[in-house]
Formats: sequence, structure tokens, C-alpha cells
Amino acid sequence: MKPTMISSTARRKPRARLPVAGVIGGVIVAFWLVMAVIGPYIAPHDVGGVAGDAVFAPISAEYPLGTDYLGRDMLSRVLHGAPYTIGVALAAVIVASFGGTALALFAAASGGWFDAIVSRIVDVKLSIPSKLLALIMIAAFGSSVPVLILTAGIGYMPGAYRISRALAVNVQAMDYVQAARSRGEGLAYITFYEMLPNMLRPVLADLGLRFLFIVLLLSGMSFLGLGVQPPEADWGSLVRENIIGLSEGAPAVIVPAIAIATLTIAVNMVIDGFAGRKRRGG
Amino acid sequence: MVLPAASAVEAENIMTEIVKVSGLRVTARNDLDEEITIVHGAEFSINKGEVLALIGESGSGKSTIALALMGYARAGCKLAGGSVTVAGNAMLSLGERQLAGLRGRTVAYIAQSAAASFNPSKRIMDQVIESALIHQLMPRAAAEAKAVQLFRELALPDPDNIGKRYPHQVSGGQLQRLMAAMALITDPELVILDEPTTALDVTTQIEVLRAFKKVVQERGSTAVYVSHDLAVVAQMADRIVVLRDGQIQENGATAQILAAPAHPYTRSLLAAIAPKRHAAAPEPKLTQESPLLEVRGLFASYGSAKGGAPVKCVLDDINLVIPRGATIGVIGESGCGKTTLARTIAGMVAPSEGEILLDGKRLAPTLDGRTREQFRRIQFVFQNADTALNPQHTIARILGRPLAFYHGMQGQAQRKRVLQLLDLVKLPATVADRLPGELSGGQKQRINLARALAAQPDLILCDEVTSALDTVVGAAILELMAELRKELNVSYMFISHDINTVRSICDEIVVLYAGRKVEARKRDVNSMRHSMPPFHPYSHLLISSVPALRRGWLEEVEGRTPSSLPQLAQPGQTGGVCAFLDRCALRIDGVCNRLPPPRQQLDNGGSILCHHGEAALRDMQTPLRLVEGDVA
Repeated sequence: MKPTMISSTARRKPRARLPVAGVIGGVIVAFWLVMAVIGPYIAPHDVGGVAGDAVFAPISAEYPLGTDYLGRDMLSRVLHGAPYTIGVALAAVIVASFGGTALALFAAASGGWFDAIVSRIVDVKLSIPSKLLALIMIAAFGSSVPVLILTAGIGYMPGAYRISRALAVNVQAMDYVQAARSRGEGLAYITFYEMLPNMLRPVLADLGLRFLFIVLLLSGMSFLGLGVQPPEADWGSLVRENIIGLSEGAPAVIVPAIAIATLTIAVNMVIDGFAGRKRRGG
Repeated sequence: MVLPAASAVEAENIMTEIVKVSGLRVTARNDLDEEITIVHGAEFSINKGEVLALIGESGSGKSTIALALMGYARAGCKLAGGSVTVAGNAMLSLGERQLAGLRGRTVAYIAQSAAASFNPSKRIMDQVIESALIHQLMPRAAAEAKAVQLFRELALPDPDNIGKRYPHQVSGGQLQRLMAAMALITDPELVILDEPTTALDVTTQIEVLRAFKKVVQERGSTAVYVSHDLAVVAQMADRIVVLRDGQIQENGATAQILAAPAHPYTRSLLAAIAPKRHAAAPEPKLTQESPLLEVRGLFASYGSAKGGAPVKCVLDDINLVIPRGATIGVIGESGCGKTTLARTIAGMVAPSEGEILLDGKRLAPTLDGRTREQFRRIQFVFQNADTALNPQHTIARILGRPLAFYHGMQGQAQRKRVLQLLDLVKLPATVADRLPGELSGGQKQRINLARALAAQPDLILCDEVTSALDTVVGAAILELMAELRKELNVSYMFISHDINTVRSICDEIVVLYAGRKVEARKRDVNSMRHSMPPFHPYSHLLISSVPALRRGWLEEVEGRTPSSLPQLAQPGQTGGVCAFLDRCALRIDGVCNRLPPPRQQLDNGGSILCHHGEAALRDMQTPLRLVEGDVA
């Protein structure tokens, strides 16, 4: 019988069992990461190359994903957009999660007035909607890739800080951290070797969620025309450019939307699978 | 001629049999979704008015069997086979609705932690009479009258009004008794007591046991008493069922189990309760050197005095000397400041006054001011090994870190030493690459100890290291520590609430009460025991409250109620008077509530914080009537 087989392998190596959803998600994420790097080089057409009068052309051998509102090749546009969408979001999420976690660890470890001041500033920041902040930032500094990264990064840092600080305060009270302190360990060792490994799982799950929010924020900004500027385009801008094709049923508007959807869903699947696997491993 | 008589007895037994369990099998699903059997064919029966004890270590299935008597299995468990009959009801074949009709009415349950079982937002009375109302046994007024009657029988203070309070307004021991009232309100055919006194201090436990015993006897209740403590069970039960790994090892009358245990496992349980006495360490050489550790006039408090917030004084003028190679025991009930004392010595809590000297050199009050060498020499072993070991680090890494940190040991040398340490604490080398979550409680505690030993310390502060472990496992850990002391010449400061644990391995015992050192005594070299009068009245109470492993002990111990204590004209309101005043049986009006007690040096090298003189105390406490086994 099948269940017997599964359980006997499981008994031998319980940690080797990979969740199917996680593997699928991992494959999709890996695919998009590769595309973010090599996409622009393997694109069959030039990013701005107008192909003639075939506006909103359907899927064909020449144009595997159809053409856009100017008759440009959609596949090439999506491939050229990948580094913007994934790269900018990745950079921003690193700023947000790493910055937030580092700040949280430092605040939790030092405590006292430093913790109080940082926490209150973060509370103030939390009260400003991130889209509003993004609009103000872009109105002030104009739209460029570094500004977008910083905007999204700063906008999503407070949430990461809050979660990490709550975790850090809990972990800090554990006996093994007390044991390390009474051993005379330095702050850096306690933080990075004793505390961080025990916070990693929820922090990573949060990082995945934050990545999605940032992709959506950037896509939203681009949709409003405040994101990556033409002729370059990220996936959000591609949706906006081709929005009039919606009534014609053109693939040009669906394809970038699907790209965004697959990326965000896949990241979630990886994070869920990762968390589940670790838990079983104990 | 014999036969008819025997069958008549048998017939009578069948008539009065309340509980009959046969072939009970309980299964559970483990993490890997496999079915494992946790109770293998349990068989026993209980007659009316009989108290049966289920005894065993954690994981032996004793609670599972007790719950099965209510037709209940915990989440993930399944009552897989056999039959359970309680007062004529076949519990395993009934539906949920029928079971609900029996629970709380025919079978009542008293849980281990009353504090967790009461709803904090409802008054006690409403909760006590709830089951009577649910089963519509009597009107509300009658139920409340009956509850008050039960409160009185259970010797609760102010029985008429205690029901109006909320659960947080009464003590833990009182709450446990209130839970008994809750169970008995419906006059159930069977009462299940699941470790009802395990979470209590010994001095509270004795009050609760006495109340339980009285009620059970007066009402002729049939009861199942689940416990891991044979001495407690000896007071309560008529018969004992010894369990191990879900299998019944022995089933016999209490007197027989205690006096002539048939099964080897029962014998090992009995042996673990009375730990071996260890020879005192070779008398520490009183050389020119200062003692290893000296604590002078230590005060510690929580809360700030500045904001007008009340300052909670946790340690009050503690003086302590730990010679090299000696073991000092610190005992007291929960909240007496014993853990704070150890944390202060380790530098985790800053004292508000006083100083700590290591080898005559003053230690910084906090962690920041101490050198690595000072850290190395004082190691702290935490109470709970589950939380003291980082779950993400392998054992090799946990043990390797102090080696690298204090001794700069790396690579192969470190690995070799880790294996030596594992060998020292009697663990196989294979555990080195495992995570703490993959070890048992006893193994984790050994790792916890090995980590402290890795530093090659001079002093190990042990905070209740055996209290989270089963008796047999705890005894093995104590044995190991005593052995290591001989081998490595380390000193221990051994903190415990259990005077028996401390007594078996310590050279000197310090008794703390409300943050004060009320007594210190050295082990008598000749008699190898600590228990000879005079005692501080609190130590006396503490020693008297440890259940002895024989029947009838509970009846011999004289019960003291607040009203039986000597009357005081006025409560002690001035600061500095004896903290034990409210509970002391030897208090003197006009002295104890006016003046701070003096510290008296005793002839045997100890000291006592009391107004009574040494001779007076000895006279009052001899013969030591209510004291545990080896003295009486």
C-alpha cells in the first residue's frame, strides 16, 4: 500500500521530504531570477523596435506573446522589464527587511531610551500610508531607480521592524540567551549566533510577504506613470501602456499581469514550503 | 467450606465495583503520522469507597488512563480497544451527548493546575456550582449552600464569603481545594485527581492533602489519584497501580507496594525517592586563602524607588561563604529569592547593596564589569534544559562554544574535548551532531551540565536542575553531579525547593524565607544528616511537610490553622520584624512583632535568625515529632 511506503521513507529521513508546492514555487522563482539577469540579452527583438502596423497583434510565431499598442514585441518588452520589476523589488525588500531587522535587534539589545525613540519614530512612520509616501517622495525627488528603491524600502521598513522587534524581545528572554550573557559573550555573538537563527523563520516569511507588497507597490506606481520611465518599462507600466487593449482581448495586457501574478504566488509558495519544512525538522 | 466463603466475597466485590477497566488500549499519532500504542491492555477495578493511585513517570500513560475513565482521549489519541465501565456505564461505547451527561455528574475531574482551570473572569461560586446547575441536580440556592458546606469541610478560610472572590484573589493551595469542591458538588460516583498537588510548595501541599483526605474519607468517595510521587500516594491511596510505558507493572495494596514491592521497576522507583547519602567532601582545608566565594550583606530589589513605586525587596542582607570544593544547598518556597540570589552571583541581576567576592577579589555587580576569566570560573546551570539550549545549535556546537570562548580550543582539539565531555556526563558520542529537540529531558539536562563543565569552572550555580525531571532521572543527575565533584573538585551552589534533594548532596544548607537567610546549618559529620534540632521554625515546618514514604504519616503531622497559632496583640507593622511571623507556631507576642530577630550562632556551626535561643528551640522541637523518616 502506498501510505506504508511513504511512512517508511519518512521514518528514515523525515527532513528530506520536500513539499510539492514549495518545489513548484522554487522553480518559478528561479526561472524569473534567471530571466531578470539574462532576459534583456535573449530578447528576440529590440525593446523599442516598432514592428510595423501590427498593433495589439495576437500570439504568432513571429511574436510569441503578441505585440503592444505601438506594435512592439511583447516577449521582448516583458524580458526587458524583468530586471526592473524583480531587481528593484529585491533591492527594496533587502533595504526594508534587513534594515528593519538590524534596527530591531539593535533596539531590543540596547533597550532604554534608544529603543523608545526608534520605536516611536517607527510608529509615526507606520501611520503614513506607503503609497502616499511614495507619491510624495517621487513628487519631491523625481522618479528614478534609486529613488524607487529607497521609497519602497523605507516605506516597508517599519512593518519589518515591528515584527523583528517583537520576536527579538521574546527570544532575548529565553534561557539560552541568558546563558550566553552569563558566559560573558559579546553583543554581536548573542545577536547573530544565538538570537537571529531563532528568529529567521518568521523573518523570512515576512520578507516574502514584503517582497510581494513591494512588487505590487512598484507596479502600482508604474501604472500611475510614476515608476520606471519610458522607453524602459517594468511589468506594471506594461499593463498601463496596454490597458486600452483590454477591450480588444489583446495578449499584451494579460501577459505582464500574468508575470506579476506568477512571481508573487511562487514567492509565497516557497516561503510557505520553507517554513513548513523547517518546522517538521525541529 | 472455603469456596462458598470466597465466592461470597467475590459476589460482594462485584456488587460494590464502581470501576472496571479491562484490556484498555489507547493509541496516538506521532509527528510522522504513524499510529503507536501508548496504553497496552490496562486492567484494574475499583470498589466503592476505595482510592486507587496510578503512579509512573511522565509518559507512562497514567493521565491517559485517568482520562479514559471519563471516556475522553486527548487530541491525537484514540481509545482503540477494551472496555471501561464506570458505575454501570460502558464509557467507550457512549456517544458524546451521553458522555456529557455523565461528566461532572458521575465522574468528576480535578486537574493539576487549578490556576489554569478556573476562568479568571468569573466568580468562584459560579464556577463551583456550575456542574450542579448544568445537570439540573438542584436549584441554585441549594447548590450554593452545599458549596459553602464543602468549603467548610475542605478547611477553606471564610467559607461563607470565599465564593464571592475571583480566582486570582485566593492562593494556589486554596484554588486547588476549591477545585475539589467543584468536583464534589454533584456527589460523583468517581473522582479523578490528576497530580493535584504537584505544582504546590510542600508546606501548601500538606494542607491540600489533608483537606482532600478528610473529604474523601467523610464522604466515602471513590477516587483515582494520579501522581508521580509515591510518598504523596502513600498517604492517599488504598491500592497502587504502577505504570511504565503504558503497561501496568504492579497492582497491589499500598502497604504491600511500599513494604514488599514485587516488581523490579517499583523497587527502582522506591530507591530513587530516597537518594543515596553521599560522603561529605574532604573537609576543605582552611588555609590562609580566602574562601572561593563570599557574599557580604547582599540586598536586591525590583521596582524603582524614585517614581514612588513600591520597592519589592527580594534579597535582604544575605551573607554566604562557599569554600572550595564544597556544596551549598539553598532551599525555600517559590518566591523566597533563591533564584535571584544565584542570578545576582552570576551577575545577571545587579544587587542594590552588598558585595560578592571571588577569591577575596570583589566582583563587579553587573555582567559588563566582569572579566572573561571571572565568567569562566562561575557557571550557571538553568532549571529548564528545554529552554537553556539553543534549539538551532547542535550539541557539538553548544559544548564547543565555551571551549572556544574560554580556552581558545578549535578544530580537532575541540571535537575531542566535546566527546570527552559527553563521556563525562555519560552520553554516547553520537548525540554530538544532534539538535537539542532530538534528546530526552534527562539527556538535555546532562548537556546543560556538560556545557557548564566545559568552562572548567570553580563554582557551578545549579538552579532547580532536577525539578523538571522524573524522580529516577533526577536521582541519576544528582548521582552524576556528586561524582563529578569528587573528580573535578568544583563547588556547587544547589538551589531547590525540595529539601530531600539538597540534603543528600550538600555540606551546608541555607534556608531562605522572604529573601532572608533564616537558617544555615552544616552537615553533621558524624551522623551524616542535617536533621537534628534546633531548627528555625520555618525550616521545621519545611522538613515536617515533606511526605514520608509510609502510611499514616499525614495523620501524625499535626495540622496548624491560623487560629491555633499564638495570639498577637497587634500585627507586626514595623519593618525588620521576622517575615515568618504570620505563620510561626512559636511566635511570642510583644517580642516577635516588635523587634527584629537576632542572628544566633549555634554550637554546630550554623546560625538561626530567631528570638528563641538555641536551647529553647531544641527543647521545643525534641522529640522531633512531625519529621520525615530518618529522624523519627
